[in-house]
Amino acid sequence: MPLVIGVLALQGDFAEHLQALQRIGVEGREVRRPADLEGIAGLIIPGGESTTIGRLLERFELVEPIRAFAQAGRPIWGTCAGLILLAREVVAETRARYQPLLGLLDVVIRRNAFGSQRESFECDLVVEPLGLPPLRAVFIRAPVVESVGPTVDVLARLPDGTPVAVRQGQLIGTAFHPELTDDPRFHRWFCSLATPAASLQSTA
Amino acid sequence: MAIPNGDIQQATWRTKVGLAQMLKGGVIMDVVTPEQAQIAEEAGAVAVMALERVPADIRREGGVARMADPDRILRIKEAVTIPVMAKVRIGHFVEAQILEALGVDFIDESEVLTPADDRYHIDKHAFRVPFVCGARDLGEALRRIAEGAAMIRSKGEAGTGNIVEAVRHLRDILDGIRRLAALPREELVTAAKELGAPYELVREVAEQGRLPVVLFCAGGVATPADAALVMQLGAEGVFVGSGIFKSENPFARAKAIVEAVTHYRDPEVLARVSRGLGEAMPGIDLATLAPEQRLAPRGW
Repeated sequence: MPLVIGVLALQGDFAEHLQALQRIGVEGREVRRPADLEGIAGLIIPGGESTTIGRLLERFELVEPIRAFAQAGRPIWGTCAGLILLAREVVAETRARYQPLLGLLDVVIRRNAFGSQRESFECDLVVEPLGLPPLRAVFIRAPVVESVGPTVDVLARLPDGTPVAVRQGQLIGTAFHPELTDDPRFHRWFCSLATPAASLQSTA
Repeated sequence: MAIPNGDIQQATWRTKVGLAQMLKGGVIMDVVTPEQAQIAEEAGAVAVMALERVPADIRREGGVARMADPDRILRIKEAVTIPVMAKVRIGHFVEAQILEALGVDFIDESEVLTPADDRYHIDKHAFRVPFVCGARDLGEALRRIAEGAAMIRSKGEAGTGNIVEAVRHLRDILDGIRRLAALPREELVTAAKELGAPYELVREVAEQGRLPVVLFCAGGVATPADAALVMQLGAEGVFVGSGIFKSENPFARAKAIVEAVTHYRDPEVLARVSRGLGEAMPGIDLATLAPEQRLAPRGW
């Protein structure tokens, strides 16, 4: 049974994640409806606009199915907007008037933490499970992790100590976008957390 | 929060194109007030375009259309957390400097405003903020990218509520790409000459089979079906100008267009979201427009 990784395709740079999966020889699948979660071993929530994706998650009834997917122990990785959506909480002054969240990852997020687009940047970043050389990390109107719960590990920090990649069991969040570079390591590592779905009991 | 020290590069080409990539599969809506911006965000817009007047009103009222009042832009910026874009006149690099200083997230060098320079567009590489520009065909798109545009939108005919020009321009750009991708290498220099576009970009498009930046569609989208049409043709997202706030029920229509762009290949969803929206904006038959009333030919 080949490994199939789903990419939430409601809005954002899901095509870039699918291309990154293709480059490492992993089959990707667009997820737009609850039925699309059937038979996938892991889920990537892409970058995009978190308020938009959050509303679409609710309108197309994906919130509970994704929570069940996580509870079944299948891995989920959120990049940027995806990290925000996974989080338990967003700092009040950076929250949209209505900001739907999946609330799975025990972190507090600060949205648009560096300011507007002119402050977007890229830098070399050491990400714990990937080792050296550092990853080229692209931050676009990026969030940061303001605080983490006791079961959350920080995988990467900016030079000033700010956490920008976290892990809580099978839940991964990054404030940056590995899918925008040619470096395959993060996608490869995420796929290594997933077990082909056939060997798991269906949660439907 | 300050940006940390270390090996940091700000406003790179990758961060500029990257923001456009984050907007893909989304709807960018024209707004003129903070209240409209909040309605747009509530409906699921990925960004708003802060304007003094929507294109339909510019068309009706005439006169010189300029960059929006900075106070208006800042009030809109404060009202929402999604990216805020604003338009400058073609060639008006000082309006662009002002928008960059205001912290606008994306600048649209737009034919909808009255051009400030009848020969040159802005040198967009000189800015930290990314630019989107309109194009009617592949040559025009590649000229704008050469000047530094990090995103292209097909022009359409803004403020008409008529999708025909948007479809024409989108098809012309995509046909141009498909044609280049099929050409043997030795024909690319001549193709570059005919397109009036730099050879390096022509070669890149021929090799990749796509533009090196994100391609949205603009100018005439009035219904969820219009939005899904241009998505199925190959647009990566949609700008809606007058189509929302000139319609009978802006919130319902905005929400429906957002949902149609997500599920653009799913006729059942499209049928459902297209119901109960009230009247669309009044449309204009292009045949009734005199050549000087057309906005798309502005720019070159």
